[in-house]
Amino acid sequence: MKLLIKNGRVVDPRNGIDETLDILISNGKILSVDKKISVSKEVETFDAGGLIVAPGFIDLHCHLREPGYERKETIESGLNAALYGGFTAVCCMANTNPVNDNAGITNYIIEKAKKVSKVKVYPVGALSKGQKGEELANYFEMKQAGVWAVSDDGNPVMNSALMRHALEYAGSLGLLVVDHPEDKYLSEGGAMNEGEVSTKLGLRGIPSEAELIQVRRDTALARLTNQRIHIAHISSKYSVESIRVARKRKIAVTADVTPHHFSLTEEEVKTFDTNYKMNPPLRTEDDIKALIEGLNDGTIDCIATDHAPHAYEEKMVEFDKAPNGIIGFQTAVPLAIEKLVLNDKISLKRMVDAFSSSPARIIGLKNKGNLSIGSDADVTIFSLKKETFLRKEDIKSLSKNSPFIGKKIKGAVMAVVIDGNLFKLKEK
Amino acid sequence: MKLGKHLLGIEGLSKEEINLILDTAEKMREVTERPIKKVPALRGKLIVNLFFEPSTRTRSSFEIAEKRLSADTLNFSTGTSSVLKGETLLDTVLNIERMQPDAYVMRHSSPGSCSFITKYVKGAVINAGDGSHEHPTQALLDALTIRQKKGSFEKLNVLICGDITYSRVARSNIHLLKTMGANVTISGPATMMPQGIEKMGVKVETNFEKALSGKDVVMMLRLQLERQEKALFPSLKEYYLTYGLTEERIRLCDSRCLVMHPGPINRGVEISSEVADSQSSVILDQVENGVAIRMAVLYLLLGGGENETSN
Repeated sequence: MKLLIKNGRVVDPRNGIDETLDILISNGKILSVDKKISVSKEVETFDAGGLIVAPGFIDLHCHLREPGYERKETIESGLNAALYGGFTAVCCMANTNPVNDNAGITNYIIEKAKKVSKVKVYPVGALSKGQKGEELANYFEMKQAGVWAVSDDGNPVMNSALMRHALEYAGSLGLLVVDHPEDKYLSEGGAMNEGEVSTKLGLRGIPSEAELIQVRRDTALARLTNQRIHIAHISSKYSVESIRVARKRKIAVTADVTPHHFSLTEEEVKTFDTNYKMNPPLRTEDDIKALIEGLNDGTIDCIATDHAPHAYEEKMVEFDKAPNGIIGFQTAVPLAIEKLVLNDKISLKRMVDAFSSSPARIIGLKNKGNLSIGSDADVTIFSLKKETFLRKEDIKSLSKNSPFIGKKIKGAVMAVVIDGNLFKLKEK
Repeated sequence: MKLGKHLLGIEGLSKEEINLILDTAEKMREVTERPIKKVPALRGKLIVNLFFEPSTRTRSSFEIAEKRLSADTLNFSTGTSSVLKGETLLDTVLNIERMQPDAYVMRHSSPGSCSFITKYVKGAVINAGDGSHEHPTQALLDALTIRQKKGSFEKLNVLICGDITYSRVARSNIHLLKTMGANVTISGPATMMPQGIEKMGVKVETNFEKALSGKDVVMMLRLQLERQEKALFPSLKEYYLTYGLTEERIRLCDSRCLVMHPGPINRGVEISSEVADSQSSVILDQVENGVAIRMAVLYLLLGGGENETSN
């Protein structure tokens, strides 16, 4: 099985490539990347003229909801949405029911994913049993089953000793700790960013400091234990500054930001639309500026979706009673294109890196996130010119909780290749 | 001039709109002084009083206002409704909507809940308090009371004291008083002063004595006793010592200062009995004006004709 992707602008940050080239794929691997590759007529060919051809995009942070919350999303629907969003691999969080804190659930997720989709799944296991923040989960058996990182995500670890031991124990097994930085006492009852807007609306606020305090604590614990840590979905300028300082001090910290945190501000909450409720909350223009600077200078390594499906009736409630989060697979790439690349805030190369080579490096995948000869033939092909106009019926997730429905965003994912299999998603 | 379709808050109302409501309320006061305190203005209109939170003053005063305008009313409160059986706010409203009400008067613990239901109902929605967000008719009845006693709002120095963070009364009053040209200071323990409140145009003075100095109007807010558990203040005794409005402290204000309180009052917590019952206190006038204000709002929103206030 061969596939030729021709005439595309190939952007491969790992190999320093940005030029119009052809890519020949054979048996699920990259066979060659060169100018004008000629093949026999029988070889399937995709004309990527006018499009960007990048290493397959990898989402470090999403919620697939299965097992347990199949009303919100299933592994099948979630991975289909990921595919349409241009992702060839995703990392799903452990807050399923039961929680992914053992090899049985990890196996279930991986096996189910293989059956229903070509999109690869790299599950993140629970940091503590039941994500209760009390005892360490069984890391070794989860690692054997295929987990690459551990996290209690939305149940932030308030016990500093537990976090220290998680770093030590996970580190000794080669597992990464993914940190959702939030001081639960400071954020208690909060429904949005704390400040002028929350004060006016009478909604309880979550100060940026609730995030900053845990970023500081956990980078300090990473130094104490001499282990790596990944900080998820940072939302505030203070966190960016703090991570920048930690990196200067040679602490092994990486970080990601979501598209909604660099695209939207707390002002949106004035509508009381629950699709603007997320945790961490949307913050201010100043924060967006700092987040984009952080992405640009590499303080923030990746863009991750934090795709968080919730059923219609769960979001159709009073703002303070609604669950946190929005779906994100199908809007992530266009938002990055419109808000970052076309606005000249970051380069196309940096954007591609933030979606592919950086997440691959953090997970530890050598054959993904690049288009080197012999690497896995995972490719994301997108347009900087076409628009994405997301209607409800275009959403592949079971849940439709997105504030971007009915809005036009510049940039569109056109096709995806996974293990050499071509998926054409949009007509040129 | 007419009001918008709903009354969701004071934010966004113009000076003219506020004056229209206050002027209409004065006319409504005349109605309530007649031997037969009833006009046919809203005959045949159905008004639903949706109270998801306990209320005495606001609820009874809306009900009286509705009755005096001859509207039909349906009272709905959480204690007796299917909310107890787990029905969502939206489903509750969609069901009531099929009974064709002309207006909803709603109180709910969630900020924005009144604005949320406007998308699903045909009639007018009147916010009777949504969480810590707004309580517009309270601010309007406070304004009517102030205007009756002081004549105008221009350059009036008003102090609002108490738990500003959780107070919808404070927010609506700040919007209203600023729009009408008054100077507003807020006071209370720093734990109860929300971030960024100065951006609403108020001065923050946590020293209560300094805050009282020379004020024309002092509005004391009810202290929610459960706030103590959240470590916002150490004890009721200490609260009274630091922020209780006593006779000595009232002397720091202007000699003709008005003392106001949205009720229910905690005697000996935020206000002493002597002050609450003193000549300066207009707390019961506020209650009385509540009916007139609510009559005015209902009348203006439900589009009664000009002459229908006469018998």
